[in-house]
Amino acid sequence: MKITRKDFLRISGLSLLAAGCKRAAESVSQPASSVRAASTQPVRWGMVIDLSKCREKDGCNACIHACNAAHNIPQIANHAHEVKWIWTEPDATVFPSAQTDFAPQTVTETKVPLLCNHCANPPCTRVCPTQATWKRDDGIVMMDWHRCIGCRYCVAACPYGSRSFNFEDPRPSIESINPDFPTRTKGVVEKCNFCEERLARGLKPACVDACPQRVFTFGNLADPESEPRQLLRERFAVQREPELGTGPSVFYLV
Amino acid sequence: MLMLDKALKGSRRYWMWLLCLLCVIVAGLCFYLRQLNQGLGITGLSRDVSWGLYIAQFTFFVGVAASAVMVVLPYYLHREKQFARVTILGEFLAIVSVIMCILFIFVDLGQPSRVLNIILYPSPRSLMFWDMVSLSGYLLLNAIVAFVTLRAEREETPAPRWIKPLAILSIPWAISIHTVTAFLYSGLAGRSFWLTAILAPRFLASAFSSGPALLILLCLALRKLTAYDVGKDAIRKLAVIMTYAMTINVFFVLVEVFTVFYAAIPEHTVHFEYLYLLGGGHNLAPWMWVSAIFAIAALVILFTPAWRRTQLPIACILVFTSLWLEKGLGLIVGGFVPSPLGAIAHYAPSLPEWTIVAGIWSVGAFLITVFYKIVLSVREEVES
Repeated sequence: MKITRKDFLRISGLSLLAAGCKRAAESVSQPASSVRAASTQPVRWGMVIDLSKCREKDGCNACIHACNAAHNIPQIANHAHEVKWIWTEPDATVFPSAQTDFAPQTVTETKVPLLCNHCANPPCTRVCPTQATWKRDDGIVMMDWHRCIGCRYCVAACPYGSRSFNFEDPRPSIESINPDFPTRTKGVVEKCNFCEERLARGLKPACVDACPQRVFTFGNLADPESEPRQLLRERFAVQREPELGTGPSVFYLV
Repeated sequence: MLMLDKALKGSRRYWMWLLCLLCVIVAGLCFYLRQLNQGLGITGLSRDVSWGLYIAQFTFFVGVAASAVMVVLPYYLHREKQFARVTILGEFLAIVSVIMCILFIFVDLGQPSRVLNIILYPSPRSLMFWDMVSLSGYLLLNAIVAFVTLRAEREETPAPRWIKPLAILSIPWAISIHTVTAFLYSGLAGRSFWLTAILAPRFLASAFSSGPALLILLCLALRKLTAYDVGKDAIRKLAVIMTYAMTINVFFVLVEVFTVFYAAIPEHTVHFEYLYLLGGGHNLAPWMWVSAIFAIAALVILFTPAWRRTQLPIACILVFTSLWLEKGLGLIVGGFVPSPLGAIAHYAPSLPEWTIVAGIWSVGAFLITVFYKIVLSVREEVES
């Protein structure tokens, strides 16, 4: 096909006009997309843990096993080098300032599940020198295992002991590798990610789904009608060391 | 520029010393390669005590680096002529200390190959970013001032006029490096041991006594091993600075102890109890008491007119050792024990950890030997 100069100019002129129209159409339709943005609720993922239900089946650890399997968490024998995303500690350890000295042993020694609090004002992300850990708009405190230099400043800054460092290569200590989730290398910090990979697929976190007692209630704390918000309206709940101003997103019903 | 040719001519003793240091450096390097291969698991560090000897040594040597200001300030700001022969020694000590600090941070990293991420993703909200900025700036300032003045000396010309503003800039800069290093710890809400406003002043006071103590010892060693004498006046002035700083440091520690124990908030007292309670099976407690006794002994010597001149080397060794134990070990480990979950984790540096630290110390000793050799050769040449 032969194109004359006139045709060429006409075609390019029309193309430019079409491109310009598209731009204009987009800018006109801008309000529509901003309306969509406004209609999406702000999200702050959070969790309510009902300890009375948990106590009924003490030592079941289904939540821990589910998390370990989902996230390729190594089972390291050496206690000093352990990697933990969700685990349990005695009540007296988890809530040291809520002890009365006179509580029965059954209460002080109850195992309480603990995990990253996904703080509203996380001290760990503040100190990271490489922005390898940061808070997402939906409140999840994330880790980039490919950027982390392993300085462990976040480990020092976390008041909850929620962060683990890989003192050794974790891969040999993983029971069976879940190919859908990355494994980590030695020398990086890791922690609970509130199962952001499951949330993205519309699922609840693995620990929530695995619990036979329905101890965990997960949902959007920014939505007053969400399940966790309803629970928090009805019952008295505590957070871990709220006096530090971190604003934990994990609540405990005692 | 670096006048390294001056370091290549030396006595048999000089070369033997460097060779010994090189052996320790190689040993440290071997263990570091093992750490690189196996991970930080070969150290005594753990989940609960996640920073140990490396970071504590880093903290201590930031202090030694900052203390150069105690010769730079009198010499450049007050024109104290007694410090003419010692100022450059202080500056080179600062340069070497900062290099050691960088090495201590480097060996502490889990993924050292990614260290440049600190520059690629600068995070002004992190104190570690500011520590990097202040330490590298301080290294640069001291390196320029030291080498340019030395070169001018060799050419027997006055140092360029622009060197004085740089030297004066290094004064507040020295304060900044140790303040920022203290902020690294004192800004952590969950670590009540460090969560005190006195930490930065305390760091400075201990720096201005441990640094001059080391500088006096180095000057005395130079006088013994070579013909170079910095002069009695300079040593005496340094001793006075060390005495004042050590007194202020002890005062600051006592202020902290009072606040902690009179208020008696368990969260604050537990760390001191862990560090100082003997018989509790805490492996650091005896060393912390050694540190406390050395500090008192040093002050007794320095305050007694009959001893302060004759026993000065011993006083310097006591000051240095006391602060090395307190800051280069206890202050960091004490912040981690008990852990936020109340766990008492025992931390003892492992053999690889000690060897790597010894290796870095030897790098420091190697560099200071070479730098002082250059200074002494230049001055000898000019004087003859």
